[in-house]
Amino acid sequence: MKGAFLVTATALAISVSSAHAADVKPAVVYDQAGKFDKSFNEGVYNGIVKFTKDSGIQVREFEPKNEAQTEQGLRRLAKRGHSPIVAVGFSMASALERVAKDFPDLQFTIIDMVVDLPNVQSIVFKEHEGSFLVGALAAMKSETAKVGFVGGMDIPLIRRFSCGYEQGAKYVTSDATVFENMTGSTPSAFNDPTKGAELAKSQFSQGVDVIFAAAGGTGIGVYQAAKDEGKFAIGVDSNQNHLQPGTMLTSMVKRVDLAAYNTYDQAVKGTWAPGLTVLGLAEGGVDWALDDNNASLVDVDMKAKIEAIRADIVSGKVSVHDYMSDNACNI
Amino acid sequence: MNDNKTPLAIELRDISKRFGAVQANKDICLQVPTGTIHGIIGENGAGKSTLMSIIYGFYEADTGEIEIGGKKTHIRTSEDAIQAGIGMVHQHFMLVENFTVLENVMLGAEGGALLRQGKDDARLELKRLASEYSLDVDVDAIVEELPVGLQQRVEILKALYRGAKILILDEPTGVLTPQEADHLFVILKSLKEQGVTVLLITHKLREIMASTDNVSVMRQGQMVAHRETKNTDKEELAELMVGKKVRLKVDKDDAKPTGLVLSAKKLSLVDSQGVKRLKDVSFELNAGEIVGIAGVSGNGQSELLNVLSGISSLSSGEIQFAGETITAANPKNASQMRDLKMAHVPEDRHKMGLVTGFEAYEAAILGYHNSSAYNGSILLNRKAMLSECEERMAKWDVRPPNPHLKTANFSGGNQQKIVIAREVEQNPEVLLIGQPTRGVDIGAIENIHEEIVKLRDSGKAILLVSVELDEIMALSDRILVMFDGAVVGELPASDADERTLGLMMANAYNGPLSKTGDKA
Amino acid sequence: MNQAKVPVWVSIALIPFINVMLAFFVSALVILALGEDPIEAAGYLIYGAFGYEEGIGYTLYYATNLIFTGLAVSVAFKAGLFNIGGEGQAYIGGLGVGLVCLWFDSSLPLMVIAPLAIIGGALFGAAWAYIPAYLQARRGSHVVITTIMFNFIASSLMVYLLVNWLKQDGRMSPNSRTFEESAWLPYMHELLAPFGIELSESPLNASFLWALICCVFVWGLIWHTRWGYQLRTLGTNATAAVYAGIDNSKVTIWVMLISGGLAGFVGLNEIMGVNHSLLLNFTAGYGFAGIAVSLMGRNHPVGIIVAAILFGALYQGGSELAFEIPTITPEIVVVIQGLVILFSGALENMLKDRIEGFFIRKSVA
Repeated sequence: MKGAFLVTATALAISVSSAHAADVKPAVVYDQAGKFDKSFNEGVYNGIVKFTKDSGIQVREFEPKNEAQTEQGLRRLAKRGHSPIVAVGFSMASALERVAKDFPDLQFTIIDMVVDLPNVQSIVFKEHEGSFLVGALAAMKSETAKVGFVGGMDIPLIRRFSCGYEQGAKYVTSDATVFENMTGSTPSAFNDPTKGAELAKSQFSQGVDVIFAAAGGTGIGVYQAAKDEGKFAIGVDSNQNHLQPGTMLTSMVKRVDLAAYNTYDQAVKGTWAPGLTVLGLAEGGVDWALDDNNASLVDVDMKAKIEAIRADIVSGKVSVHDYMSDNACNI
Repeated sequence: MNDNKTPLAIELRDISKRFGAVQANKDICLQVPTGTIHGIIGENGAGKSTLMSIIYGFYEADTGEIEIGGKKTHIRTSEDAIQAGIGMVHQHFMLVENFTVLENVMLGAEGGALLRQGKDDARLELKRLASEYSLDVDVDAIVEELPVGLQQRVEILKALYRGAKILILDEPTGVLTPQEADHLFVILKSLKEQGVTVLLITHKLREIMASTDNVSVMRQGQMVAHRETKNTDKEELAELMVGKKVRLKVDKDDAKPTGLVLSAKKLSLVDSQGVKRLKDVSFELNAGEIVGIAGVSGNGQSELLNVLSGISSLSSGEIQFAGETITAANPKNASQMRDLKMAHVPEDRHKMGLVTGFEAYEAAILGYHNSSAYNGSILLNRKAMLSECEERMAKWDVRPPNPHLKTANFSGGNQQKIVIAREVEQNPEVLLIGQPTRGVDIGAIENIHEEIVKLRDSGKAILLVSVELDEIMALSDRILVMFDGAVVGELPASDADERTLGLMMANAYNGPLSKTGDKA
Repeated sequence: MNQAKVPVWVSIALIPFINVMLAFFVSALVILALGEDPIEAAGYLIYGAFGYEEGIGYTLYYATNLIFTGLAVSVAFKAGLFNIGGEGQAYIGGLGVGLVCLWFDSSLPLMVIAPLAIIGGALFGAAWAYIPAYLQARRGSHVVITTIMFNFIASSLMVYLLVNWLKQDGRMSPNSRTFEESAWLPYMHELLAPFGIELSESPLNASFLWALICCVFVWGLIWHTRWGYQLRTLGTNATAAVYAGIDNSKVTIWVMLISGGLAGFVGLNEIMGVNHSLLLNFTAGYGFAGIAVSLMGRNHPVGIIVAAILFGALYQGGSELAFEIPTITPEIVVVIQGLVILFSGALENMLKDRIEGFFIRKSVA
């Protein structure tokens, strides 16, 4: 599916780029973590690299260093007529809202947050669906019926991961115990591998044998701890299976690269539209990752079961509760 | 004379050193024969320490030559001095307190990158030195755990370890108990027997008489006399130290005291190190008289001024002044004392009397900055400050009469006039005045002396502290002599002469050899 | 003593200028090494900072923060105290401003909230400086050490408060709610519009005017009141201060209170002027940059304004530079800022003696 998409996209891009390249002046503003954060921003960057390669159109990038520069950067890009302008991350919502209001003729896209304006496209992901899948896989792999979750910053978004994960685990093993820890309550919680390793070790000592880390850079510590203890870990956002082969059971991939690519591509094609885009399993926005690095850990039976659950979610047969719909995880 | 014998250990020829306006050493000549103990004596500030610093390479002389062991030697750094076989034991020890004796002795002479070998060598050498010079000390003891006397021994060992054949000791007994001091002199004698030359810097006559072979006297940066110790006595040395100067003349009538203004009873002050700086000082001060306090500097005069002016609080005793009784329990700070009309011209105008970064008109209100004369409701009244400053500059002949000039840029005499004018013009009941003419040119001296007398004649009480005996004798109506924190004598100015005062000031040599603080 | 013979303009203008030029020279080498044209880069930097209205607005907006922290450092420095805690005092001062806004934004008009917020910022900033000041004055703990430590404590305290008390339920980032518009300081472009002066939009707001007022206040305080007299006496000659009957510990404490209060005004600009909510890390190092501003401005309000605008220009022009030449990343801009701080602050005395010596010789000859 992805292959077919790419081929058409490439073909279209090549055919239209000469016509539209002059009109489309795409840009992006990363959040303060910077574009090489090995996670979210870098995903967007990867999408941009691919877009530039495919279309030949350069994307103007800006990395703000403080709060004021975020809005300044957006505004400056808007002033120069850049469109669409992609804002990466929930923290940019208020700045984007102000700028988008002042430039109603330009196209804005925000990832991971909803801004309700006629010229803003909001892209959010059904992280709970992807988390459900890896939760199910974790429960299948677990010999103790105890699985763990290490979150980054304690915010509703991360609870959405956690809640989906728990549902998935209990879907497979109804009496499974899910241990949950959040690393902290500030943005630095996404970049604290030491604490990640501590939390992981504490969970392992309580009998957990698979941990899902939805914690950005903090996850690196979790994976290392899993390797040291001979247990399993699950990566997040991008495909992190290669980080600790043999330890990484899978990764819950969140295709921010795809989101970025699509929004630019739509602009080139003239199909860009404002409003809410929700990317779930069905849209390929979230998924689980299976490659050479973890093929040996997932046997045929497990793979078949997961694919079946995946199909059930896509078809709507299994519905996954979204924490953010009611700020609760009552399952 | 020495031509046929061993060469001189040290010979200095015409050494001069100037710091800015101050001539610290002038044309110093000195000959120290090898294997002798040579004393250098003089008041504080006579230039002894500067001279020793030149020999040890801390300063370079402006002019003059140094010969060590008969060879002309250039000493630019202390390494040069060590190379030349000179060792120095400072008044304040230069030891790393939490190192062992061994480590301290090795410091700077570790001998190679790895400590162990150097340590073993040092240990052997140290044992040898200790037995040779009978300098017993536990080489593995931590320095801060040793008594001061032993710490000093470590300093001596350190110098010897570096091959010192000439040892300079700067005020070595200042920190020692009498027993420790006696032991030090035994050590010095044994060093001498081993051929080490000792240069002993002190201002204590008793020590010179007890331990040296020869003695040189310094006064005001110059070498004023050389004597063989056995051919001199304490009286002569005291006189040489203090000096005979041209007598200053001040025109004044006899004092007409009009009643008690201030009485001090058993004032005592213990400093933060626990040393007793003032010991039961009692005196009375009458309106219309000048009381002079004579003494070698550092014998409690500064502390007395600080206590009276409120800068330091008393440890015990009481001051009765202006209807108030000031005690340790009821202290008054400097600004409260000013409010009681106690003015104070401090001994050191740079350190205390002025803020040299301030413009003259600002420095002219120091201490009186809260006075309504200089303040509006919120802002300072610069106009009033400036016009008053200009007036005073004219009256006191301050040059240049520019209230905006930084105080640092006035000459010493003019700075002093700014300070004295500030204090005197407040019309105080008591004026405390320390070293009124230090670093002041002759013309200004007369001027200042006249003003002091004028203030007395207007019925005010003046307490004068000066290390210049001339000044004390010329101005005072009554003279108190301080020694070691205590008042040791009092006499009317009419009975005072230099010889009597000099003897009283050197009081130490009548009593037993004792350390500061032991008598109390 | 030699000071007298060195013309004033040498020490207050020439030496800082040469230091900044040296910093730019080394920066040019860095930019050359990156394969970019330093002249072009300088052009972007200057244009970005001063070339158009919005750029100037941003430059002055950054300068506003730096004036507050620069004044804070200099007031303490004049009394011989090195207040490294501007960052923490600004942070807590911002809390004071923010709390006033959160409490009163729906009940009071701006004309009432603004003075309350000024008081709130000053009180909270001063309170944060009080503890180190007390420890210095009465217990002898060195103010440099304690103020540094209090920066960390401030940071932890703010995380705690924002996460546990002030954060809105269900929101991702630990921010307080956005204030009602009645608690927004007017932007400069809004403020001047009624007078027919049209300005481009920028975050520059009324707090800039307050910063200028504070400069006048500090100038008057230090050079024209008896309190300033005491403070300067303490700062230049502590022994003379004792002699003059000045209560050193009392002066130490109130100087630090003023210093902390000034730093606290950063919150007016950031919280009330721009972000309109309490958030984490809004101080963004302004407290530390204030040390360089104060040093470069020779601890004089006029110098501080000039130095703050220079640093503001570096922030704004630097961001423009990073925007225009992608190879010059924001990190390189930080390097350039660091070089300016290094040359004008830490290496201040490197050339001072030589340049002054040159002028002394000239005046002697």
